[in-house]
This record gives sequence, structure tokens and C-alpha cells, in this order.
Amino acid sequence: MLQALRLQPARVLTRDGKFVDLPEGGASRDSVPLTDYLAQPAAATGVSLVATDDVRSLTPHLAELHLITVNFDKLGDGRGYSIAAVLRRNGYRGDLRATGDVLVDQLHMLRRVGFSSFELRADQPEDLARAALRRHSDAYQAAADEALPAYRRAPRAGAVA
Amino acid sequence: MYRYDILDRTLVLERVAEYRDQVRRYLAGQLSEDEFRPLRLRNGLYIQRHAPMLRIAVPYGVLSAQQLRTLAFIARHHDRGYGHFTTRQNIQFNWIRLEETPDILARLAEVEMHAIQTSGNCVRNITSDEYAGIAPDEIVDPRAFCEILRQWSTFHPEFNWLPRKFKIAISGAREDRAAVAFHDIGLQLLRSPAGEIGFRVLVGGGMGRTPMVGSVIREFLPWQDFLAYVGSILRVYNLHGRRDNIYKARIKILVRALGVEEFARQVEDDFAYSQGGPETVTKQELERVLSHFASPPYSTAGEAPLPSQERPFLRWVERSVRPHRVPGYRAVVLSLKPTGIAPGDVTAVQLEAVADWSERYGFGEVRVSHEQNLILPDVRVERLHALWLEVRAAGLGTPNIGLLTDVIACPGGDFCSLANAKSIPIAQSIQQRFDDLDFLHDLGEISLNISGCMNSCGHHHVGHIGILGVEKDGAEWYQVSIGGADGSEAAGGRNAIGRIIGPSFAAEQVPDVIARLLETFVDARDEGERFVDTVARVGIGPFKDNVYRHVTPAQRDPAAASAAPAERRALHEAT
Repeated sequence: MLQALRLQPARVLTRDGKFVDLPEGGASRDSVPLTDYLAQPAAATGVSLVATDDVRSLTPHLAELHLITVNFDKLGDGRGYSIAAVLRRNGYRGDLRATGDVLVDQLHMLRRVGFSSFELRADQPEDLARAALRRHSDAYQAAADEALPAYRRAPRAGAVA
Repeated sequence: MYRYDILDRTLVLERVAEYRDQVRRYLAGQLSEDEFRPLRLRNGLYIQRHAPMLRIAVPYGVLSAQQLRTLAFIARHHDRGYGHFTTRQNIQFNWIRLEETPDILARLAEVEMHAIQTSGNCVRNITSDEYAGIAPDEIVDPRAFCEILRQWSTFHPEFNWLPRKFKIAISGAREDRAAVAFHDIGLQLLRSPAGEIGFRVLVGGGMGRTPMVGSVIREFLPWQDFLAYVGSILRVYNLHGRRDNIYKARIKILVRALGVEEFARQVEDDFAYSQGGPETVTKQELERVLSHFASPPYSTAGEAPLPSQERPFLRWVERSVRPHRVPGYRAVVLSLKPTGIAPGDVTAVQLEAVADWSERYGFGEVRVSHEQNLILPDVRVERLHALWLEVRAAGLGTPNIGLLTDVIACPGGDFCSLANAKSIPIAQSIQQRFDDLDFLHDLGEISLNISGCMNSCGHHHVGHIGILGVEKDGAEWYQVSIGGADGSEAAGGRNAIGRIIGPSFAAEQVPDVIARLLETFVDARDEGERFVDTVARVGIGPFKDNVYRHVTPAQRDPAAASAAPAERRALHEAT
């Protein structure tokens, strides 16, 4: 999954908690805005999405794509979470990267909806980022990272009489 | 009631640890104010006028005796000896120190409570019928569905950063006591002709700046599908709800912009992908959760006569004692609306007393109503008199449930930094003016709801009489509406937004305005008619005419000082 990480001149955190430094100068070579991509799908294997993009227009191309970035303009704009969830639900299996206002406290849920790499905002400390990915051991719901809800993964307790 | 298993406990404890770390980073200057705000809000911590306020979730309004005692402990050790029950069945503490909040949450976790998602732009506490499981008119007990939805919506990774807050209510009875038509999603449990359980799904109801009655988008949704379907509604909203204007960001604005049919089409479109998927609720899971809501060991002694014919007791029974599905049992409403106390406020001493009664007169459970009262759900008829004596002595026996002085009010400008005007002094001035019980009983059921701002936490839009605090030229004014209806029996089963009678009034005029409204009602009412039914029958015209004939919206007298929160504390300390 990490072979596509030659795109940004920054460090990228993987979903497993490893930081990868990206070679400089590779940015945007392989990742183009949605309209450009749709005009010429053969010319790129990566797409950069913004929150207003209609993610369903990518559905026919998901198998050819290696990288999709979703930019978070600001922390509170949660559209990217549904964009990721829909991409994974529609079968996208390549790298899905969160960019922009990506803070350590968002990492857990970003990973849950299907992001596989994170371009953290520059001021975010690496140790906190790693800790954030380890902090939560379980979750109730099925999501992109977990095919089944908790109660179908392991038996849960009923009422104790 | 639902008891945590290891998973529930683990998730709450991990959140406490995460929150503790977030507070530490904030205090150390590693998290900016702007970055910390949404994180603390998702844990119920507001910064208010005087101090931080902590809102603790009471899932669908069910509390145990042990939980009440912990709330009393928090009131005593971390607040000023009291707490405030809200119109969404939660409890708030208004004088909290930020530094202590992680420890408060750790203590709450010990009794299976938390403050998760009690604020912020996410799915809030699920609310329901305060008589769930005991109401004679119940079709399906909503509690297990509430709990399943609570778990699903807790830390749902996709829906934690919605355009705006999101409120869901579930009702399972013939009478709608949960105001489902005034929620972002309202779920009405019902049975199909074949006896199968499902939901009528309403969407886009709400109060706030743009009050709206919700629209039905599904007449019958099988229960197995309800999580996936709610997920589809949230997904459409998350992707397409407005984020450019906080006042137009609720789902009701999207539903109105798209039209109900188009909104429903988009939901069904998305649901086509998720129907039958992993979110489908299994029979085993429903049964597991249902096992937590099994009936307590009720006595089979059956009906019994009232233990006393004492007149004040009978009056209390008439107002505060409600029917129960099990013969010989009753639900008892404890009034948090005595004159002189902010509606919904309760002291640590009272919380402990309620905990004791719940064990001695019931099975250790208490309910919170959205009218901001407490309920003992399982009391034997023959013990009502003994209970009444204790309740009355503790100041919780005012026989005004459903009457004019059973006021619903938000904390308002005394506490809330969003408010334009105070609510509590208005509630108190009305309670003081109309404290003659005979008069109140003759008037019959009237809901009077007060909000200190357009956010409508005091549900003024659905009050039979609604009062909204507004700010004009730096002064506080009050806009009065009548004819609101929340779908309950007291509202004639109707859902309606109240209509504004005209220009706003100064605070000191409000009791006169109410007096004129009541006067019009008494003149116009048919025998035994409720206020809200009279308004529906004769319209707002006669009310408006009579009010403005006698009360001229005056310039505010700048010398008329407003009640300070200090007075309110004094009242508490006196109880």
C-alpha cells in the first residue's frame, strides 16, 4: 500500500503508526483534481478530492486508482469521513490519504472510515500521533476497518440475573 | 436497565483516558483554544458565563439509584450542591472546574455513565418516553432500540463531524411523549398488521430558529434495518447539509431545500447499498439487549384502593400519579418545579432522597422526563401515601404536574453564554403570581415553556404558551406565542408550532400577559376544555386583543434590576 507514497514532500503516517518521509518534488505528479482526472482518466492513477466533490463519479474508475487524497479544509468539516466511507464501500482498495487540517485527535476515526495514510498538519507531534492510533482497542460499529459490529465479532454479555 | 459489559466499559474508560490527555495538553498549551473546543464539547463541557458546565448523558432518561448517588456526590464535591435536569433528559452541572472534569468522568464511568456526545455536531443522547416499559398504552417498548442506537451512534466514526448537532427520539406508545415530530429524526415504533415490529420514520423536525414539524419519509421500516437506515439519513446529511451558515445547518433546512420526496429518494438510494449489510440488527442482538429490560419482579397482588382520602394527598395523586401497565402499580412524578426554584434544578440531598425512595418503593430505578421532572416508575398503590409524606417533606411534592407552573425552562441568561435573555426569573415570576393551587387545577393542563434564545432549549415553540427571550437595543424582551403542541395527549395529540401574538414585552410585564391570556381562556373555554384546545378552536385573535388592550409593550425601566444568579443560589441553599 505504501509504494504510492512518493507524492508529497512531507511525512506521512501510515495506518499502522509508521512515519514515512516522502521524497521531494513528487507532489501532484500522480494525483490530480477530480475534474482533470475525469477528463482524462488514463493520464493519472491518483486523484485529490475536496469536500464538495461528488465521490460517486469515481465509482467506475476505482480499480485503476492507487491513491486518493481527501483534503480537510478545516477540522470541523466532516464530509471527508463520508467520502472515505463511500469509497471503501464502493470497493476502492488503494491508498486513501487524509490531507489538510489533520490533527492527532482525528486519527482514530479517520482510520475507521477507511483512510490508510495521513498527512498530518506540520505541527502535530509524532509521538502523540502514534499514541492516538493505539488508544482505542475496540468499537461498537462495523466500519471500513472492521467488517462486523462488535456483537458479531465476539459474544457479548446479556443481563446477569 | 441496561448494564455495561466489558466492551461498554472499555470504550468509556478509553474515552476518559483520551479526554484526560486532551485536557492535559490544553492546559499545557499544546492544544489551542480552537482545537480543544470541539474536543471538549464532544465530551459535554461548555464554557459558560461563570464556569464550565458539564452535561452528563442520561440515556433515554433512565437512571439507577447508584447513579443518582454518584450525581449527588458530583453536585456536592464538584459543584455547588445542585444539578439541573434538561429538556433532553440529561443532567448539567453549572459550576465545574475544568481541571476536575477527567476525575468526574472517571467517577461516572464507575457507575456506567459518561458525557460522550452530549454536545458538539454529532449524534446526541437518544431521548424517549419517560414511561417506556410501564405505560399502559405502549405498543412496543422502545428501550432496547434506544440502547442499540445509543451504542451504534457512540463514536460512530463517520458521523462525528456533522454540519450541526443531531437529535433522535424514539417513542413506542400510542401517545407521543417524546415529541418525535420535533427531532432531526423521530422514530415511532409500531406493529404491522401482521404483528411485525417496525418504525415510522420522521425527519427534519426541530425547534430553534426555524421550527418545523418533521416529515414522514418511511411509513414502516422493519426494525432490523433501522441502524442502516438512520446511517443513510446521516450520510446524505453529512455530505449535503449546509456548512456555510450555522443557522441553516440543521437537517431540516436540507430537507426543505431538497423537498421531502427528493430527500427520501436520496436516503433510499444510499440505503439500497447498506440494506442487509453488517449494520442489520440481528435477532440475537435484540434479544441480548432486551434481556436487560426484563420486567422487575412485580407483585401479583393486583389492584388496591388508595390508602388515604386526605384531600391534599388526593390532589397530589390526581396530578403526580400516573397509570402503570401492571395492576396495583403506579408511576409517581416528582415535581422539580416548586415555586422559587429554577425548573429542573435538584439538590444533592434531593438526589439522594430520590435514590432511597427508588429502592424502598420500587426496584431502584428512576426516570427523567423531558418536562424536567423525575419519575419513580414502579410504586405500589398502597404505599403512595407513605411516599407522598416523604416526597412532600423533601420539597418534591408540588401537585402541579402538567399545570401552568410545571414550567419548562432552559438555564437562560443567568448561566448560558448563548442566551439573549434570562429564563429562570421569568419562570419564577410566573410561579409566584399563579401559586393558587385551586386556580391552577381549574385551569387544567397547560404547558408553559421558556427559552432564553432562539436555540429553543426550553421548547417554547411547542408550549401551549411559549415565551422566548430576545435582545433588542441591549435590553431583554420576551416574545409570547400560544397554541404550540408537542404531540402529547395534553396537546390534543397535535403537533404545532405556537403562533406569536405580537410585539415583545419587558420581563416585569410577562406575568400580566399570562394573566390576560388565562382570562381570555376562562371566558372562552367550553366546559372542561384545555387551554390549547380553546386556542385551536377560537384562534389567537381574542387572546391577542385582550392582552394588548391591557398591556402596552413598554420601554424597559432601566432602574428595574434583574435578578442575579446569587439570589438563585441563596434559594438553593435555603432548601
